Amino acid sequence: MADLTNNFAGIRSPNPFWLASAPPTNMGSMIERAFDAGWGGAVWKTLGEPITNVSSRLAGLDHGPMRLIGLNNIELITDRSLEINLREMAECKKKYPNHAVIASLMVESKKEAWQEITKRTQDTGCDGFELNFGCPHGMSERGMGAAMGQVPEYTCMVTEWVKEVSNIPVIVKLTPNVTHIVPPGQAAQRGGADAVSLINTINSVMGVDVDTMIPYPNVNGMAAHGGYCGTAVKPIALNMVSELARDAEFNIPISGIGGINTWRDAVEFMLLGAGNVQVCTAVMHYGYRIVEDMIDGLNTYLDSKGFASANDIVGKSVHRMTDWGNLDLNYDVKARVNEEKCIQCNLCYVACEDGAHQSFEFVESNGKRYPRVIEKECVGCNLCYLVCPSPGAIEMVRVDAGGPTQSWRERTAGN
Amino acid sequence: MATDYCTPLDITQIEHNFAEINPAMSAAEAMQEANRCLYCYDAPCMHACPTHIDVPAFIKKIASGNVSGSARVIFDANPIGASCARVCPVEVLCEGACVEKTLINKPIEIGRLQRYATDHALKNGKQIFTKGEPNGKSVGIVGSGPAGLSCATYLARLGYDVTVYERREQAGGLDTYGMAEYKMSKSVSLSEVEHVERMGVRFVTNTEVVGKTKAEFDETPWKMIEFRHLISENDAVFLATGLGATNRLNIPGEGLDGVFDALDFIERVKTRDWRSVPLGRNVVVIGAGNTAIDAVTQAKRLGADKVTLMYRRSEKDAPAYDYEIELARKDGIEFLWQTVPVAVGGDERVSRIRVRQGEREFDIECDQVIKAIGQQKMASFFTDVLGIETDEKGRVVVNENLQTSDPKIFAGGDCSNGGKEAVDASQMGKLAAIGIHEVLTGSKVEFAGAVVRTPPKAPLDPNPH
Repeated sequence: MADLTNNFAGIRSPNPFWLASAPPTNMGSMIERAFDAGWGGAVWKTLGEPITNVSSRLAGLDHGPMRLIGLNNIELITDRSLEINLREMAECKKKYPNHAVIASLMVESKKEAWQEITKRTQDTGCDGFELNFGCPHGMSERGMGAAMGQVPEYTCMVTEWVKEVSNIPVIVKLTPNVTHIVPPGQAAQRGGADAVSLINTINSVMGVDVDTMIPYPNVNGMAAHGGYCGTAVKPIALNMVSELARDAEFNIPISGIGGINTWRDAVEFMLLGAGNVQVCTAVMHYGYRIVEDMIDGLNTYLDSKGFASANDIVGKSVHRMTDWGNLDLNYDVKARVNEEKCIQCNLCYVACEDGAHQSFEFVESNGKRYPRVIEKECVGCNLCYLVCPSPGAIEMVRVDAGGPTQSWRERTAGN
Repeated sequence: MATDYCTPLDITQIEHNFAEINPAMSAAEAMQEANRCLYCYDAPCMHACPTHIDVPAFIKKIASGNVSGSARVIFDANPIGASCARVCPVEVLCEGACVEKTLINKPIEIGRLQRYATDHALKNGKQIFTKGEPNGKSVGIVGSGPAGLSCATYLARLGYDVTVYERREQAGGLDTYGMAEYKMSKSVSLSEVEHVERMGVRFVTNTEVVGKTKAEFDETPWKMIEFRHLISENDAVFLATGLGATNRLNIPGEGLDGVFDALDFIERVKTRDWRSVPLGRNVVVIGAGNTAIDAVTQAKRLGADKVTLMYRRSEKDAPAYDYEIELARKDGIEFLWQTVPVAVGGDERVSRIRVRQGEREFDIECDQVIKAIGQQKMASFFTDVLGIETDEKGRVVVNENLQTSDPKIFAGGDCSNGGKEAVDASQMGKLAAIGIHEVLTGSKVEFAGAVVRTPPKAPLDPNPH
């Protein structure tokens, strides 16, 4: 059994799986049930001035029979009073001294307001803060949330305010609703943040009811854009995590968030530089119980790869991310069809005909008709491999001689 | 006949026994299953379907919520798509070819999805195809079964004035009268007939087409019309007569009370007037084709104590599909393979059948014998009455336009292919409509699934990378 204990910017937890600040962390009893289920930490639903929510407030993106491959919400920060939340936070921390209890904060952009809530909250004994500079809906219209995170100067400034009075680690939660993630990440670091977490949710409209013509989620016939999360956002999150992880000037820990459903997703985030991960949508869909296989699967994976600790995999793949201009132009792969595994759905064929480079033909073999790759036409794009439903039926085979590499930058150097 | 010569079961039990073997899908089930379809390109299922329905297209339309469009795709290639959804041997056709069968041995339930889409259309009374602009030509069709209905549909779409002659009281042929009741009720077939009727096709039922009206036919309950009238009144005639009467055993006792034709038995079942169906307690069915299976399973479902299927050859020689024999086995049917009937015995009513197994001869007790040993070809009607050519098996000979040796007469379905599935007859009806149109107008039309061809390979980049 590998060691799963996690030390994230000085915050200790029994494992790297935290609940993100969201409905699953709405109150003490929920977080306590989550800890009992196995979660290593929890970021409390964002604390701040009292708000009023609307109904309804969630909308889902389905793909065929798959429900909720994406979810969006227009829910605001906690609608519970600060006193109650702080009392429960203190009780929870007392009951679960070894688990990470993180307080997410969001108040108006005034130094006194930020410093006051910081001081009041840290009296609960919580392990750290997460500054919510990411919420893209509702709060941002009031100059909070993403309105902070989208301006690096504000990010830096508010972080400094909090750091002045905080005696526990401060994590800055970044919004993905920016052109480039590195400037806000660096701004948080400049402001003294101990770590960042990303991504928060993405601006989105989930769809329109084509019968009523009312967009989702319907609030008395009207809708507003909301924050997008869940499985579908994982690639965006991985990109942003890896961008920060491989930035030479950025060197504080990253808590990875965005579409994590399984241990495998978590491992991918950690390989690309996340020191731990936060989960929300998958729990909203299936409940706290999913952490059991996250822990079990991560353990099995670490054991099979010979890692003694989960921390050993953090950043292992970062050096394999680079700019396009550094990729080897001489590397050459071609698709190959394994007839024994081919089920003759011909999806590779049509995908290549209409979506790639017309590199397939049909051939008769053993009385059946199979798709076959015309190798000189194949550019090695992977599309056929990606659409193939039969594992092993299409293989991408390296065909270059493995000679010297040459990138575009090298090729054009001196031009 | 004794009054107890019928089902001993109460109606609730019978209705339970005759519940549809492949029930309708709920919307949720259809959606789940439709989404499982991989949407194959130039799909094996489409090749395997005799009418070449674009199966991936109709399934994806279910998944997208365009169920009416799905039904249009089906009926476009097969006017009896609702019947075929229930009675097709999908295991050896579309579902047998499904790549999900290859991949995980669980083919997409194409038949039931087809039913889902076609039911939706028929239940909503949606008229999917309408009569084409009248082209001034008329065609008479003999027989309203799958081939006749299909041909009538396509001809009506082309603007022909079409009249279908049917000897029976109701149109639809074997789809109406001959399918096992647990597979399909006649209402499905009749709703397809109505759909064709609404395209302006006239159905003249209770009317037999004969060579020459004969006095001895005067006692028949139906009317008669001489074939020469059809020929003179129409630009072409399509023969979709199916097959003739059930073959005879030609053994002593065949005329005893209690000896039935399987098709007559099945037809009685299909009235759903359960108590009117003649049924013994100990039933022997002779033959091992799919009709024999329909007879044994329904006799058993009606409550016969013991039902035996008897066949002169071995199980592996049986013409019925393996899954049909399996169904009979599950129903508790007893099988007597390599057993030949020698004589039916009894005083007026059947009480036993004498059989031979190899050298051995013995009696089997029974109180009902059902013959399911194939149907006769109506070769003499074709050759002697109509003067058209038949082959050595009595099948009407046709060319690629489904035209017979008489240029005005076309033929398709069982009378020409010797007896296949409804879906095969439907395809022949389609091909005949195309053939008739070509012969009468000189122009070639194409209907969905008339031929199945792999799209041509796209051109390569002339300036390769």
